[in-house]
Amino acid sequence: MAIDRKEVEAVAHLARLSIDETQIERTTESLQGILGMIDQMQAIDTKGIEPMAHPLDAVQRLRADEVTETDQREKLQQHAPATEEGLFLVPKVIE
Amino acid sequence: MHEKTLAEQSKALAAGEISSVELTQHYLGRIETLDPQFNSYITVTGDQALEAARQADARRAAGDFNALTGIPLAHKDLFCTEGVRTSCGSKILDNFIAPYESTVTANFRDAGAIMLGKTNMDEFAMGSSNENSFYGAVKNPWDIKAIPGGSSGGSAACIAAQLAAGATGTDTGGSIRQPASMCGITGIKPTYGRVSRWGMIAYASSLDQAGPMTRTAEDAAMMLNVMAGFDPKDSTCINKEVPDYTADLDKPLDGLKIGLPKEFFAEGLDSGVEQVVRDAIREYEKLGATIKEVSLPNAALSLPAYYVIAPAEASTNLSRFDGVRFGYRCENPKNLEDLYKRSRSEGFGEEVQRRILVGTYALSSGYYDAYYRKAQQIRRLVREDFTKALSEVDVLMGPNAPTPAFDLGANTKDPVSMYLQDIYTISLNLAGLPGMSVPAGFVNGRPVGLQIIGRDFDEARLLNIGHKFQQVTDWHLQSPTGLTA
Repeated sequence: MAIDRKEVEAVAHLARLSIDETQIERTTESLQGILGMIDQMQAIDTKGIEPMAHPLDAVQRLRADEVTETDQREKLQQHAPATEEGLFLVPKVIE
Repeated sequence: MHEKTLAEQSKALAAGEISSVELTQHYLGRIETLDPQFNSYITVTGDQALEAARQADARRAAGDFNALTGIPLAHKDLFCTEGVRTSCGSKILDNFIAPYESTVTANFRDAGAIMLGKTNMDEFAMGSSNENSFYGAVKNPWDIKAIPGGSSGGSAACIAAQLAAGATGTDTGGSIRQPASMCGITGIKPTYGRVSRWGMIAYASSLDQAGPMTRTAEDAAMMLNVMAGFDPKDSTCINKEVPDYTADLDKPLDGLKIGLPKEFFAEGLDSGVEQVVRDAIREYEKLGATIKEVSLPNAALSLPAYYVIAPAEASTNLSRFDGVRFGYRCENPKNLEDLYKRSRSEGFGEEVQRRILVGTYALSSGYYDAYYRKAQQIRRLVREDFTKALSEVDVLMGPNAPTPAFDLGANTKDPVSMYLQDIYTISLNLAGLPGMSVPAGFVNGRPVGLQIIGRDFDEARLLNIGHKFQQVTDWHLQSPTGLTA
């Protein structure tokens, strides 16, 4: 499953990364190298083996549905790039 | 005072031979004079440290103290520390002042330990050489031409250079053990779930685990006493009683069964490193241990499985860095998509972007079964190998890395050759098991550690095994030359 330049561009878009035109070739090559190493996995038959998500097979704990966190909007927004009246500002999305 | 171990400093504080303010001032002076050549700290928090030291001295005077009250420590710059820049080694967080405190650093703060500053690291903990930091590479105090290992390279280097007696690190694929090995210090990665991950900037959430980095196993035990424990804020933290890790340090090792995974001594291991490791194992035989060869047949598959699981989880975790709510934002975005893309591409370094791409690819539609699911299945095989081996013996021993610290720049061209550095460490993260590195010798003047691997929650046993070795060897007491300030 060798990745090509077009796929790299598509994946970069999915990841919201912009790869400089001059770097695409190099990026594609390095991803090919990594995916080639990863393909060693295909050499082993894993049919019927349960995938392991947590080393100790722990499951998510449940808690009571109660408010535990207080509002900290001002504190959390003070390091935001741009805010106004408690809202995060971004470039206009809808004309 | 900087030659003293953390345990010795604790005794000196208790005996009133030195105050925390004096000790803190001493380290701050050393950092200012010596660290420019090593670059082990990103941020030094001198004023806060001295204020905390004054409070610690007051606590000791009032009789309200524990072993770590007044002890200066350094924290890896991926633990959020309230009011202090927390960069994770990245440009994207260069302006990020954490609005809250991680559980680990809060535990140290509440114990009265002093934070000297935040240590350098590979960006977002992605790297094995500490060359991927926005703040520049860290130099190995034993040889400034050499890398210190990574990703907790700043923490390892600052201990080796005696710019702190203890530091926190994190280990996702070897990031405590490998730099500890290469800098000639002691480091332990606890069992997954032993230490809270809350407030640690996530790399690969199912693998990340924090641990102490120190000169001795005894010091590591003292730090782990403060770090370990249940935290309702981390959904994968295990609710299990924390023993006193210093209690059994001196337990005799008679009858200890050590397994040597034959895959860890196969092709690719530097002969000098192998010699150091085998000599260390002979010391254990003298201490009453018996040796048995064991096998981890799927060990080689750990590397590809890790480089699917870790990037996949990273691509998800790092989606939060979008230039909107905190961190770096690009200049004059044309529209929202441009804001996302340029903020991220200008803010993240090359290796981080590479892993995000690999992870996004592996999780993208149609590839899930071939990559992520397959890797999670291999993960179970890797753990089953360890479970079987550790049913035949008490612990496993081997190298941490195939070679001693290599030269800066030696492996930066080819990512896969850098990833191979992790071959002996990542399988533990996949299996969730605890592992430790203790200084065991030198190859061409560069330190080499012995890796000790235990069963789930066997940290006390590992520390005991490390400590007994340090009672009969002095590798951990040696220090690089040129460190007088």
